[in-house]
Amino acid sequence: MAQTAAALRPWRTAAEVARRAQRARRRETVGRLSLYAVLGVLSLPLLLPYMWLVAAAFSKNVSYGLIPSGFTLENWRFLWVRNLGLVTGTEGRLPNIWQVVGNSLALAVGTTLVIVVVATLAGYYASRRSFPHRTAFLQAALMLQAFPSITLLVALFILLRSLNLLNSMTGVVLVIASLHLPFALFVMKGFFDGIPWDIEMSAMIDGASRLRTWYAVLLPQVRNGIAAIAMFSFLWGWTDYVFVLTFILKRSAWTMALYLSSVIGEYRFVDYGVMAAVGVFYMIPSLVFFVFTQQYLMQITLGGTKG
Amino acid sequence: MARIVLEHLGKQFGSVAALRHLDLEVAHGEFMALLGPSGCGKTTTLLLLAGIYRPTSGQILFDGVVVNDLPPQDRHIGMVFQSYALYPHMNVFENIAFPLRLLRRPPDEVRRRVAEVAALVQIEGLMDRKPSQLSGGQQQRVALARALVKEPTLLLLDEPLSNLDAKLRVLMRAEIKRLQRQLGITTILVTHDQVEAMTMADRIALLKDGLLQQVGTPDDLYYRPANTFVAGFIGSPPMNFIPARIEMADGRATLVGEGLHLAAPDALVPVLASRRGSEVLVGLRPEDIRLSPVPAEGAPQARILDIEPLGREMVVAVTVGRQMIVALADHGFGGRHDQPVWLTVPTGRLYVFDPATDARIA
Repeated sequence: MAQTAAALRPWRTAAEVARRAQRARRRETVGRLSLYAVLGVLSLPLLLPYMWLVAAAFSKNVSYGLIPSGFTLENWRFLWVRNLGLVTGTEGRLPNIWQVVGNSLALAVGTTLVIVVVATLAGYYASRRSFPHRTAFLQAALMLQAFPSITLLVALFILLRSLNLLNSMTGVVLVIASLHLPFALFVMKGFFDGIPWDIEMSAMIDGASRLRTWYAVLLPQVRNGIAAIAMFSFLWGWTDYVFVLTFILKRSAWTMALYLSSVIGEYRFVDYGVMAAVGVFYMIPSLVFFVFTQQYLMQITLGGTKG
Repeated sequence: MARIVLEHLGKQFGSVAALRHLDLEVAHGEFMALLGPSGCGKTTTLLLLAGIYRPTSGQILFDGVVVNDLPPQDRHIGMVFQSYALYPHMNVFENIAFPLRLLRRPPDEVRRRVAEVAALVQIEGLMDRKPSQLSGGQQQRVALARALVKEPTLLLLDEPLSNLDAKLRVLMRAEIKRLQRQLGITTILVTHDQVEAMTMADRIALLKDGLLQQVGTPDDLYYRPANTFVAGFIGSPPMNFIPARIEMADGRATLVGEGLHLAAPDALVPVLASRRGSEVLVGLRPEDIRLSPVPAEGAPQARILDIEPLGREMVVAVTVGRQMIVALADHGFGGRHDQPVWLTVPTGRLYVFDPATDARIA
């Protein structure tokens, strides 16, 4: 039996083994290199526009709207020139950039605060307590997420007008927050579901009230979830265009999205350099925020709440 | 320390009765075990005591005061969960200090008492670790320290040993017992493991389907079981139950089953005489049955079905007629599969149960 097995083996000497091992190693290297090549080519369409955007933002010239050349900071003049107009004779058509940034931050931070506070409380309640029509409530919340929010535009306009919230950031914050709350609620409910009951009971037996248990024992364990919905909420607020465009009618309340769109769209001769610079500037807060929250986001898949 | 009294305690979940009119008294400093199979209501009882559940009926008294509606944080109890339920975001020190912080003790007192209780359960070296960096045994000690640090009036242990390996379990069994004696804290242990209950507790309350079956010392439950459930639950391997009929002759009682004639001890004769001719269940503990390789006077013959060596002793399953009987034999037992053996039972070492009510007659 042992002899048969040895006879069937495709190698006999140590040299033969070494040759086979080397061939296997080479095959592995080639495989890995071709994988990188394929992935590299696939990500080009994603990477190229960003590379172009950054390059154009610091270039003198963008020929044919495609190829940047020559280094300059002139495109960033919107940061320090007041009453900027992009074409002679249009001075003052664009609002002050810092006011716009302030408005955008107010919208993004406001949305984040509303969503985080409401979703954290509601997620806990939906996860732990039973209340009448609990299942129907959760199903309805999930269903709301399925409708394109743009269909609500007219209804929301009328609603905000009757509440006297048109032209105010509060109105837009409330609209964006409420449209995204179902998603945030489900994320937080999932995180609270992951915490064993025992830990909550234990805290109460140790002498903590329900509220104390919630913030001292449960909240630290769902901080990854809070980070996730905070990041998404910030981006929802920061990148919103449609609601601000519809509900904000005065220039002094413009946000970055409107500013950028006016740079692109308001003139027939587009200054690609300025447009790119505004675009890069627009991305910075999102990137910064992502850098600070991504370590929590990465832990989500690793089951961060496990003790 | 506290004296705990449960009066007609009941808990209903929808239409399911998890616990039905439980009457139980736990004395100052006593170690009581709530024992039973899963779903028997023992954990429900514990959570009622902790204040997590509110009773549907009946009363819970701590030192004579009804605490039914007292929230858990005001009951001043300590509890160790089966999962240990340590707070994953706090290190060992913070975990143990948590109950004291809630009592707003000054920081130096917190440090001192945490150090004391950590020394008691021997985890002084682990204070900076997170629970996820501890072994099961260490987590258990931390949970115990956290439960003890506020010097609770009542200590509740919910299956505290079931997540430990066999060796550690024996060690922690002795450890918990030692701590309980030393501190004199009234303690209630929930377990499904009869060995745990027998070895640790002063008294055991055995529950089944939400009903108390018997409460007493380990000896009471082992030697004077109230019914077939208690008799079958306590002891390993479990008691054999053999259907038999009571026959009387010459003032002596004999229990006659399939292929079996067991003489009843004289003390049981008056009780058995009153039920002459009726069907009963005879209970025989495996450790009370002797197996002999040679025929003995009046001993029923059996055939060996299976032998499980356990080292010091062997579990031997034999058949008498169509009935299987399990016996314990010494490691020197030389029987082989399918060999004939003869059973002898020392008189007095048998129990008689009423098959209709399952209650013990004699």
